[in-house]
Amino acid sequence: MAEEAGIPTLCMTSALDITESVKAPRAVFVNFPLGHQTGKPNQPEIQRRIVREAMAAFETISKPGEIVRLPYVWDPNDRSWEEIDYTKGWMPVPPSREEADREEVERRARFAGK
Amino acid sequence: MAVEYIARTRELYSDYIPYRWVVNETVPFTPLRKPIRDCKVALMSSGGIMYRDQRRFHREDASCRRIPKNARRDELSVWHFGYPTTDAKADPNCVFPLERMRELESEGVIGELSDPAFSFMGGIYSARKVCDELAPQIVDELKKAHVDAFYLVPA
Repeated sequence: MAEEAGIPTLCMTSALDITESVKAPRAVFVNFPLGHQTGKPNQPEIQRRIVREAMAAFETISKPGEIVRLPYVWDPNDRSWEEIDYTKGWMPVPPSREEADREEVERRARFAGK
Repeated sequence: MAVEYIARTRELYSDYIPYRWVVNETVPFTPLRKPIRDCKVALMSSGGIMYRDQRRFHREDASCRRIPKNARRDELSVWHFGYPTTDAKADPNCVFPLERMRELESEGVIGELSDPAFSFMGGIYSARKVCDELAPQIVDELKKAHVDAFYLVPA
């Protein structure tokens, strides 16, 4: 929709098959578990490299639907995440409704009146 | 080897009616008009990021949160039912690289980071809601802001 409106887009992805299937105009693939499309927590260096390479891909991608694959590996010694990502039992058990509501009250209270 | 997420979606949600994936016959494509160092770039994440006391997301929520570009990390929180949010809560830059984009702006790698950035909660079953409600509204804002390039980070 943005592309039709004249705005070039670029989509990060760690789900290569989905991005190919929906035909994203431009994409940059990182083979990390879902929830880490722009890197690992508190590792600004790897995050910076991924985002910087994504910005470069805005210029280098010339064919519609092209996907640039970045070479980063989540953990060279352990690929077990690839077996369990997005399979049954992989999501942590969500908090109970009461617990979630309490968390939400606390979250909003943190910023109230500031 | 890339994980086969389409097959895993089928398996993970096997108790439900099979998800109908969006079929796009063509690929819309607008070439970049100028070097990225001269572009105003907008950031959007589907990771479910909220700023300060903005309303929390919920299932089937197709609403959008506007995040000021200078938001501090301790002003951001995360809600999403579809991926483990532990790491994104510890460091939103995993799925919403606002701090990294600000750095690229100050280094001159991009011309300007558009204000605000956007986030929604990507676990929206209805593609219609996204196409008819969520996307047009954001695209309209991007046009008004004269954004040159739109960087999307799904989660």
